[in-house]
Amino acid sequence: MATLRITDEGSVVDSQPKGEEISLAQWREGARPEAGRFSLSIPNTEDIDGLAEIVARFDGVILEFPHFTDGRAYSQARTLRERLRFKGEVKARGAVLCDQALFMARAGFDALEIGDGDPAGFIRALAAYSVFYQPAADATAPARVLRGAKREAA
Amino acid sequence: MYRYDEFDETLVRERVAEFRGQVARRLSGELSEEAFKPLRLMNGLYLQLHAYMLRVAIPYGTLSSRQMRRLAHIASVYDKGYGHFTTRQNIQYNWPALIDVPDILDELADVEMHAIQTSGNCIRNITSDPFAGAIAGEIDDPRVWSELIRQWSSLHPEFSFLPRKFKIAVTASAEDRAAIKVHDIGLRIRKGADGERGFEVMVGGGLGRTPYIAETIREFLPERHLLSYLEAVMRIYNRLGRRDNKYKARVKILVAEDAAEFRRMVEDEWARSDKDSLDAPLDEIRRIRRHFTPPKFDRLAAESEAFDAARAARPEFDRWVKTNVLPHRQRGYAIVLISLKPIGKPPGDISARQMDAVADLAERYSFDEIRATHEQNLCLPHVRKDDLFAVWRTLDAAELATPNIGLVSDIIACPGLDYCDLANARSIPIAERIAERFADPEEAADIGELKVKISGCINACGHHHVGHIGILGVDKKGEEFYQIMLGGSGGADASLGVITGRGFSSSEIVDAVERLIRIYKANRDDGERFLDAYRRLGPETFKEALYGDAAHH
Repeated sequence: MATLRITDEGSVVDSQPKGEEISLAQWREGARPEAGRFSLSIPNTEDIDGLAEIVARFDGVILEFPHFTDGRAYSQARTLRERLRFKGEVKARGAVLCDQALFMARAGFDALEIGDGDPAGFIRALAAYSVFYQPAADATAPARVLRGAKREAA
Repeated sequence: MYRYDEFDETLVRERVAEFRGQVARRLSGELSEEAFKPLRLMNGLYLQLHAYMLRVAIPYGTLSSRQMRRLAHIASVYDKGYGHFTTRQNIQYNWPALIDVPDILDELADVEMHAIQTSGNCIRNITSDPFAGAIAGEIDDPRVWSELIRQWSSLHPEFSFLPRKFKIAVTASAEDRAAIKVHDIGLRIRKGADGERGFEVMVGGGLGRTPYIAETIREFLPERHLLSYLEAVMRIYNRLGRRDNKYKARVKILVAEDAAEFRRMVEDEWARSDKDSLDAPLDEIRRIRRHFTPPKFDRLAAESEAFDAARAARPEFDRWVKTNVLPHRQRGYAIVLISLKPIGKPPGDISARQMDAVADLAERYSFDEIRATHEQNLCLPHVRKDDLFAVWRTLDAAELATPNIGLVSDIIACPGLDYCDLANARSIPIAERIAERFADPEEAADIGELKVKISGCINACGHHHVGHIGILGVDKKGEEFYQIMLGGSGGADASLGVITGRGFSSSEIVDAVERLIRIYKANRDDGERFLDAYRRLGPETFKEALYGDAAHH
């Protein structure tokens, strides 16, 4: 699966999985990764707050968009980043369309499974905006902070 | 009024550029209608029965004359010369061509306007009291907080794909002119025990198929925590709102199932949230507040001799003053309501020429301010009493001086089957015929306050649940029928109307309304409104008027 990885240096596409993957259901049935890199896939109906101890053991988390209109994984991603302070890769899977890419990046996703989507379109969409009104899980400063900084400088 | 700075301007321009690209992809065939639909909906563009419809946001209903002139210009150049004000203080154009829409959005951006989040399952345009900053008794200016919420909710990365659309309304008065209790979130600015300012937070109100009055989930929220608390409510809703059934997806369903549990979850989420990061800094709130400092009112006498003389000399003017002019908090000033309900015309419609006339009046007489009301009328919030006669004469010449605010012909109606592909029945012709039946202004004034609200289907865009008389269009074996509901109110005494019985055909419905009014007049106490008489007398009296003895069998 072609994956767009969003980094501070820009976005790159590769098809290499970053280690093995197990599902939350498998974990709950007793599956335990041995050595190497592992990602945990979590259904979008799960309360992320309750999974802090589990996700801490993984290098990456995969969150699902069964349909692009189903936005539950945005809340999961922000909770992972902002409350659980998860530092590994957070990957979006499912209905991942370029027109939602920037929302995903802001919510804390740094990898998007884009399938046969046009990488150039995704990269364009990620740069479509330079102003944001609200703080989220990414590093961008919201307008209200920039306004304050501008006033200080003046 | 709020004015854009470079950040607001940049965001709106970037939005137009993005949508221009999406429209080009649609026109070239790269995007199917199915793929394009969610993108156009996020920019307020619907595909209706006959054409595209563009809904333009008017945040909390405030407009400058420059903005109103631009709306008129768009109506003339890109539409059929008119626009339609909605129950969310927005304006809709019913006939734009897809290829023109990016240009229309550019024209709007030139005057600090947009169509962002006027549709789709996101946080919609914030609504508020149309008399904000003009009416006596406000605890604060609700526009300050409405603007803060507008910015926070625009292109929110977490809350743009909710289970359903989400509506927030703000008021700062005891009297509720924003129908906050029938919103997903209603915010009432109030004082706390120690005089501190904050919000009563109500959640889970709404109309539609299953109407609910909102529950108060927090009696007092200190104002500095508004955004972090809203984030907590939205997150719980985004997580738990139903996605398997769009008729059960609004937050009202979650709240109605277990309001105490919903409150507990919100409070728990909020307790754990990073308030320092989520809440707006005080200097940002101060910055927004500076945009809403009161205009430089003149020091005037409370009474105006010219005004009193004109009232005495011109009975039509006097009648209009009685219905369409309200007291202002500033001595010597008044609030003017402009009815968009001329007898026999579609409620909320306004021509480009009329928009220009309103813009001229606002510029000359109302500190350049215009408001749209959720009852589909307009308002000039700050007019000197000395100027009222001149304002009335200009409105009268523009056919905008119908003296019927709050009366039986001031009807809210959805677009209905004439425009909407969801509707089961026409709404506008029913509104027109009821208004015609009670066209005599003396009679309408005698009937007094009476809110008639008409929806063409159970989605309730015409707010029939909160009409003193609510009318719901239904389809009965291919024929349009109209059910009557009585006793609803969208005000501080909010209540949901109760259905009376079998529906009426299109040819019967106006007579049925007349029978209700007749029985009210026969039984009312001195000065008693229709709604109060209904509440006192109970439904049976009115059912009997509608159905005769048949109601008892």
